[in-house]
Amino acid sequence: MRINCPFCGPRENGEFTYLGDAKPVRPEGGAGEEAFYDYVYLRDNVAGEMSEWWYHGGGCRSWLKAVRNTVTHEFLSVEAAPGAGGKAVQK
Amino acid sequence: MSSHRTASGGLIDRGHSLRFSFDGESMTGQAGDTLASALIANGVKLVGRSFKYHRPRGIFTAGSEEPNALVELRSGGRREPNTRATTIELFDGLEATSQNRWPSLKHDFLSINQLASPIFVAGFYYKTFMWPAKLWESFYEPMIRRAAGLGRAAETADPDHYEKAWAHCDVVIAGSGPAGLTAALAAGRAGARVILCEEDFVLGGRLNADGGEIDGKPAREWVAAAEAELRGMPDVRIMTRTTLTGVFDGGVYSALERVNDHVAVPPEHQPRQRLWRIVAKRAVVAAGALERPIAFSGNDTPGVMLASAVRTYVNRFAALPAKRLVLFTNNDDGWKTVDAVLSAGGQVAAVVDARPAVSDAHRALAGKGQFAILHGGIVDVSGGAGGVRRVKAALTGGAVAEVEADGVAVSGGWNPAVGLTSYHRGRPAWREDIAAFVPGALPPGMIVAGSANGAFSLGACLREGFAAGSQAAADAGHGAAAGNVPAAADEPYSLAPMWHVKGKHKAFVDFQNDVTVSDVALAQREGFESVEHLKRYTTLGMATDQGKTSNVVGLAVMAELTGKGIAETGTTIYRPPYVPTAIGALAGHHRDENFHSVRLPHSHHWAEEQGAVFVDTGLWKRAQWYPKKGEKDWLESVTREVKAVRSGVGFCDVSTLGKIDVRGPDAGAFLDRVYINTFSTLGVGKARYGIMLREDGIVYDDGTTSRLAEDHYFLTTTTAKAGLVMQHLEFCRQVLFPELDVQLATVTDQWAQFSIAGPKTRDLLRELVDPSEDLSNEGFPFMAAREVLLRGGLKARLFRISFSGEMAFEISVPGRYGDAMARNLMIAGKAFGVTPYGTEALGVMRIEKGHVAGPELNGTTTAGDLGLGKMMSTKKDYIGRAMAGREALVAPDRQVVVGVKPVDKGRRLRSGAHLLPKDASPSPQTDQGYVTSVCYSPMLEQWIGLGLVARGRERHGEIVTAYDPLRSETYEVELCDNVFYDPEGGRQRG
Amino acid sequence: MKYSIFSLARAALSGHKNWPRTWRDAAPKERYDVVIIGGGGHGLATAYFLAHEFGIRNVAVLEKGWIGSGNAGRNTTIIRSNYMLPGNIGFYELSMKLWERMEQDLNYNTMVSQRGIVNLYHSDAQRDAYARRGNAMRINGIDSELLDQAAVRKMMPFLNFDNARFPIQGGLLQRRAGTARHDAVVWGYAHAASGLGVDIIQNCEVTGFVRDAAGAVTGVETSRGTIGAGKVGMAVAGNSSRVAAMAGLRLPIESHVLQAFVSEGIKPLIPGVVTFGAGHFYVSQSDKGGLVFGGDIDGYNSYAQRGNLPTVEDVCEGGMALMPVIGRVRMLRQWGGIMDMSMDGTPIIDRTPVDNLYINAGWCYGGFKATPGSGLVFAHLLAKNEFHKEGALFRLDRFRRGAMIDEKGQGAQPNLH
Repeated sequence: MRINCPFCGPRENGEFTYLGDAKPVRPEGGAGEEAFYDYVYLRDNVAGEMSEWWYHGGGCRSWLKAVRNTVTHEFLSVEAAPGAGGKAVQK
Repeated sequence: MSSHRTASGGLIDRGHSLRFSFDGESMTGQAGDTLASALIANGVKLVGRSFKYHRPRGIFTAGSEEPNALVELRSGGRREPNTRATTIELFDGLEATSQNRWPSLKHDFLSINQLASPIFVAGFYYKTFMWPAKLWESFYEPMIRRAAGLGRAAETADPDHYEKAWAHCDVVIAGSGPAGLTAALAAGRAGARVILCEEDFVLGGRLNADGGEIDGKPAREWVAAAEAELRGMPDVRIMTRTTLTGVFDGGVYSALERVNDHVAVPPEHQPRQRLWRIVAKRAVVAAGALERPIAFSGNDTPGVMLASAVRTYVNRFAALPAKRLVLFTNNDDGWKTVDAVLSAGGQVAAVVDARPAVSDAHRALAGKGQFAILHGGIVDVSGGAGGVRRVKAALTGGAVAEVEADGVAVSGGWNPAVGLTSYHRGRPAWREDIAAFVPGALPPGMIVAGSANGAFSLGACLREGFAAGSQAAADAGHGAAAGNVPAAADEPYSLAPMWHVKGKHKAFVDFQNDVTVSDVALAQREGFESVEHLKRYTTLGMATDQGKTSNVVGLAVMAELTGKGIAETGTTIYRPPYVPTAIGALAGHHRDENFHSVRLPHSHHWAEEQGAVFVDTGLWKRAQWYPKKGEKDWLESVTREVKAVRSGVGFCDVSTLGKIDVRGPDAGAFLDRVYINTFSTLGVGKARYGIMLREDGIVYDDGTTSRLAEDHYFLTTTTAKAGLVMQHLEFCRQVLFPELDVQLATVTDQWAQFSIAGPKTRDLLRELVDPSEDLSNEGFPFMAAREVLLRGGLKARLFRISFSGEMAFEISVPGRYGDAMARNLMIAGKAFGVTPYGTEALGVMRIEKGHVAGPELNGTTTAGDLGLGKMMSTKKDYIGRAMAGREALVAPDRQVVVGVKPVDKGRRLRSGAHLLPKDASPSPQTDQGYVTSVCYSPMLEQWIGLGLVARGRERHGEIVTAYDPLRSETYEVELCDNVFYDPEGGRQRG
Repeated sequence: MKYSIFSLARAALSGHKNWPRTWRDAAPKERYDVVIIGGGGHGLATAYFLAHEFGIRNVAVLEKGWIGSGNAGRNTTIIRSNYMLPGNIGFYELSMKLWERMEQDLNYNTMVSQRGIVNLYHSDAQRDAYARRGNAMRINGIDSELLDQAAVRKMMPFLNFDNARFPIQGGLLQRRAGTARHDAVVWGYAHAASGLGVDIIQNCEVTGFVRDAAGAVTGVETSRGTIGAGKVGMAVAGNSSRVAAMAGLRLPIESHVLQAFVSEGIKPLIPGVVTFGAGHFYVSQSDKGGLVFGGDIDGYNSYAQRGNLPTVEDVCEGGMALMPVIGRVRMLRQWGGIMDMSMDGTPIIDRTPVDNLYINAGWCYGGFKATPGSGLVFAHLLAKNEFHKEGALFRLDRFRRGAMIDEKGQGAQPNLH
C-alpha cells in the first residue's frame, strides 16, 4: 500500500499510522455526553469509499485526510489536515 | 556419464562435474543440473514418501510445482526441509536426504498406513479418535503428529543472513519465457525502466525444454540474442533466481531472490536470500502455464511424470527419465514428448490418447518410433517403489492393452499460472475452448500475457508478450516500442478434456496429501460440495505445492459428480506467496540483537564505565542500578542508592522522558485543551504537573510542563508514551484545533536531562552553575523553571521539580553535552558523596512518595482513580472531559490507588497479588483489586506497595488479604495512604 | 449415522458409499421461530444450543456463501481462557469448558488439543501484569502458572534465550489452552444442529429486514426470498456494521484486516501455543505439521480479506527474533480475515434497539475460542430474552455508561486492541 503524502510524495504505508474515520467531528465542549458518545464510539464502518485520518509519523509528521476504498484499498485522494504544515487557520 | 544421461544435447556443462549425495549415496551430476535432473541422470526413481499413506513417490514435475520430490537439503543449522529437488541448482558437495520415512526411504515403517487406507479416507479423523476423550492429547494426537509433517526444521539458529531491498521501476515482468522476454524487449526498447524476474537460473522458460523456431532461428539462439539485447539496455535489470511472490496494494510487489542457494555456503558478507519490495507502475505477468495430470489408478508410481517435465529433463538436462515410455495424453502438446524421447534415443512403448483420432503427423511419428497408438485411457500402472513396470490401458470399444514400460508421461492439458493475477481476489474465469481457468479481474496495473493468459502457441505468446510490454511502457509514460514482433508458428492445441480414468486402485489427485478421486467423491457424498469445503475436508491443494498440479483436476471431478459445470464450481482462493518463502527472508536482518533498534541516553557510555546494569525500557537501554564491589545483590545496590539520595545527593539520567517544545501565541490555550488542568495561567518561569486524558475520559499520560517564555512551553511525557503523545498533540493541533497558532517539535533526543536529588543538591549545583545564578529557595523556589548559565558559559535549563520527594532539580543541556554533564556531575558532587542512581532507585523513591506511574496509568484508570480528580478543571473544555463524567467512571465502588504494607513487616510484597477482604475465600465476588507496584523501602525498612482497590480511599487502616496463588502466597496487608515518606512534602520544598 | 471407529470400519467394507450428508441441505421455509444470520461457528453453535439446550428447533441458519467461510475458516485455531477482567474471564472459561466436552457433545472430532499456551514476558512490568492476570484466572477457578526463564527453556529449548534483543524472562502458562480444528468446529455444529432439526441454508444472503408497523423485525429479505422470523440473531462478525445498517443501526465497531500465515509442514517442533511478548508474533503447530502464526492487525479499516507487506514482514521479524531455528522453514500461505474490532476490545452480545433483533458481534481477533460459549450465551438470550450469567456484561450500552471491558487499556481506538 502506498500513500501519496502531499509533502513527501508516495511512501509505503509502514511509515504511517492509522487513526480511522475522518467523518466524526469533535463536538463543542458543552455538547454533552451523548454527542461525545456518538463521536468517540459510533462508526459508519463503510464498505466502500471512506475518508480517514493517517499520520505520517515516519516522515513529515503531518496528519493526512485520505479517501480510500475499504474494499479495494485504492486511495482516491490524500490531502493535508487543515493545520498540517503551515500556520493556524481561521475557524 | 551416468546411466540415464543422453550422449549429447542439453544445457548442462558436460565438462564440469559436481559431486553430491542423496541419502548418503554419493553421485555425480553436471553444472546446469538441478538435483532432480541429476537424480534422474543417475537412474534414481524413488525420492520421497507421501504424507498420509507413506507411499513411494518419484519426481513428477520439473519446477516449483513439484508435489513429491521434497528433500531435506544441507545439514545442521542450514538444514532446510521440504526443498523441491526440481528447483535446487546442483552444487559441489550438495547433501540431500529424503524425508517422512523411517528407517529408510526403501523400507518405510509407516507404509503400513497403506493397509489401513480403506479406513484412512478423507476426513476419517473427524469421525473417530473421540473415545475416550482423554486419549486424544496423550495418544491419538501425538501419533498423528509424529506421522504427519514432512521434513525436519533445523535444531539450531539459521546461521545465514537475509536482506531486504526496495526497487522502483516502470514495469516489472514475471517470467522470461517467450512472452516475458518479448514484453521486456518491447518495454525496454520504449525506454521504460524494467525489472525482469525469472525464477530459474537461466532465461527462456519453456523454450529451454521445447525448443522451436523464432524468427527462423532455433529458440535458444533467439533467447541468447534477446538476453544480450536486454543486458545492453541500461534501464533493464534482469534478475534470475528471483520469483515474484506477491501483489500488494499500490503497485507493490514482493519478490524473492535466491542469491546464494546455488552454492554450499554463502560467501562472507553476502546474504543467502534477498526479499525485494518492488514498486512498479505496471506489471506484466508472463508466468506461463503448468501442465496438469490425468488421475488414474497407480498414477503415483515412481516413473509417472508430467509430459512436459519429461521433455524438460530430456531436452534441457540431457537426462532420460525413462528408457521405455508410455505417453498418456488428451492433447497435441503431449505428443511433443514423443519427439523428444525418440530424438534422445529412448523408446516409446505406446501412446495412450484419450481422443478418438490423432493427426497424420502423429501417426507418422508412431510409425517412425514403432509404437502403437491406443485410444482410451490408462487404467492401471503396476510397479511400486522400484518404479513403473507395466501399464494397462482400456481402449475405446472395451479392449484392454498392456505394455511394459519404465515410465509414463502424462498430459491432461495446461493450466495458466493464475496465482499472481488472483491475489486481489479476482476470481479466475473458465474458458471452455482450452478447458482451463484464465485470469479474471486483475489487480490494478497488471497485464497478463502468453500462456499465463491462456495463449498456448509460441506465436501467440510472442505477440501477447510484445503487446503487453508496449502497453505497460506506454501506460508508464513512455513511447512506442521499436522493432517487429518476433514470429513463430501457431501450433495447434487440440484437447479433449479428461480428468480421471476409472480403475481398480487409488487414483491420486493431490499426490503430496494423498487425496484420491474417491476422496473427492466421498466429500461430495457428505455434502462438502463447495470447492472450499472440498479443500478443507480432503486437504486437496493444501500441501506445499498449494494444489498447482491438483486443484483443477479435483474441482473438475467434483463438477462431474454434482453435475454443475466447472465454471460454476469455481476455484478456491489463490493466496500468496506464489512459492513458499523462507521466514528468514521475510524477516531480513531483524533478528537476534538487531530485532529492534537500540536507543541510548547521551550518558550511556559513561554509565557503562561505571559498571551500570541496564534495563530495556521500550527501545531505550537505561541504567537500572550501579553495583559496587562487594554488594551481594541488586537490592543492596538500590538500597544504597536510595539512602545516598535521601541523605546526600544523587543523580539519574531522565533523558528518555519525551520532550516536546510547544511554541506560539496560542501555546497556553492549546495546552489547556489537552491537559485536564490549566496551563495558560502558569507564570513564565514556572513548572506544573499535568495530566492528559484520552477522549474517552481515561488517563493517557502525565508529566511536568514548564513555561519558558510567554509563547514557549516545554512539555514532558512518560518514556513509554513519548511518540504517541507527540502524535496525539499533532492530531489536536492539525485536526481538532487548527485555528490555534501553535507549533510542536519533538526534542527528546536534543536535550540530555538529569535529575539531581537530595538535601545536598544545591551544594552540588553551585559547583556547576555560574555564581551569578540564585539557587536559593527564594531565588529558585519549588516548581520554578528557567534557563541558567553554567560555569564555563554553557546555557542549561533548570527545573526545580522532584519525583523522589527530595529537594531536587532537573537540569537539561543540549544532547551533545550529556556525556560531559554526567562526568561533571561526578566531579562537582565528589565532595558531597554524589551517587549516580538508576531506574530501580528512581522507582523505589516514587513508590515511597506514592507517585503513580506506568503500572497505575494502565489505560483503564481515571484521574479520580489515581487520586488526582481535583486537578480536573471545571472552567474549560479539554480532551476527555465530557466522557470522564459517565456513570461507571465516577461510580463510588471504583478501584482507586492506595498504599499497601504487609502486616508482618518482614514480608516481601509482590506486584500482581490480588486483594480480598480479610479472611474471605477467593472468588470473583471477593476480588477487590490488586497490587500494582512494590518495592523494598530503605526509609521504612520494609516492603511497601501501591494498589488499586475498590473504595480504597475509604479503607485506610483496613487489613485485607493479599492472594497470590501463582507464587503460592497468601498474607495480610494493611491499606494505607499512598504517600509513605514525608507526607507533608517539606523535603522537596526545603 | 453415529460416527465412530466401528461405523468407519463398517463403511470401509462398502467402500464408504453409504455415508449421509454431514448436515442436511435445507431449502428455506416460510417462517422460523429464530433465524440466525451467519453460518459461521458462532451462528451454528447458537442454533445448536437453541435446539439442544432450549428446545427451540424451528431454527434456520442463513449463510451467504458456504458455512464457515468467514472468520471460522480463516483463524489461527487457538482456544484459551486466560483473560483478566470481569465479564470476559467467566465467559471464556465457560467456553473452555464447552470445548473440553465438544467432541462428545457433537459426535464429531474437532481435535480439541489442550497442549497449553505460554505468553512470554521480557520485563518485570510484563511479569507483574501477567501475575495480575494469572491470579485473576486462579481466583476464577482457571488454571494458570507463572514460569521463570528456566521453565520456559525446558519447555521450548528452541526459543532464542541467548542472543535476543529482549531476552525472555519467563511466561504465563495455561495448560488447558490449545487449539482446535477450526473447520471441524463448523461442521460439527452443523452436523449436530442439523440432526436436531435446524435448517442450514447456504448461498442465502440476507439483503434486508422485514419490519412491522412498530418497527419490530418480523423476518429477513434474502437472495432466496423472504423468510419470516420470530426473532433474528445476527452473528456476522466482520460484517456486523453492514448488516446492522440494514436495520438503521450504527455500532461501536470497525472492520479491520488481520493476516494469518501457515508454513509448510514440518515434523513436530512447537509443543503448544507461544506468544512473543516483545513483538507481534504468536505461533502453534497444526497436527499436519504446519506452523500456524500471526501477529498484529494491519491497522486500517478493510473489508478486503487481504493485507499488505509491512505486516507480513513485522510478523516474520517477530518470528525470527523469537525462534531463529525457523529461518529456513517456508511460509506457505498468507491470508486475511475481517475482524469486528470493537471500541474496547470486547464483544457485544445483546438485544438491539430494534425489537426482535439481537446482536452477537465485536469479537476482534478472538472470536474462535469463544465459539461454544458465544453460542450458548447468545442462544440463552434469544430463547429466554434474559442474559446468561456469563454473558451479562457484553452490553451495547456499556460505552454510554462508561463500563468498558478493556483488557489492553487502549480505549476507543479499535486498531490498538
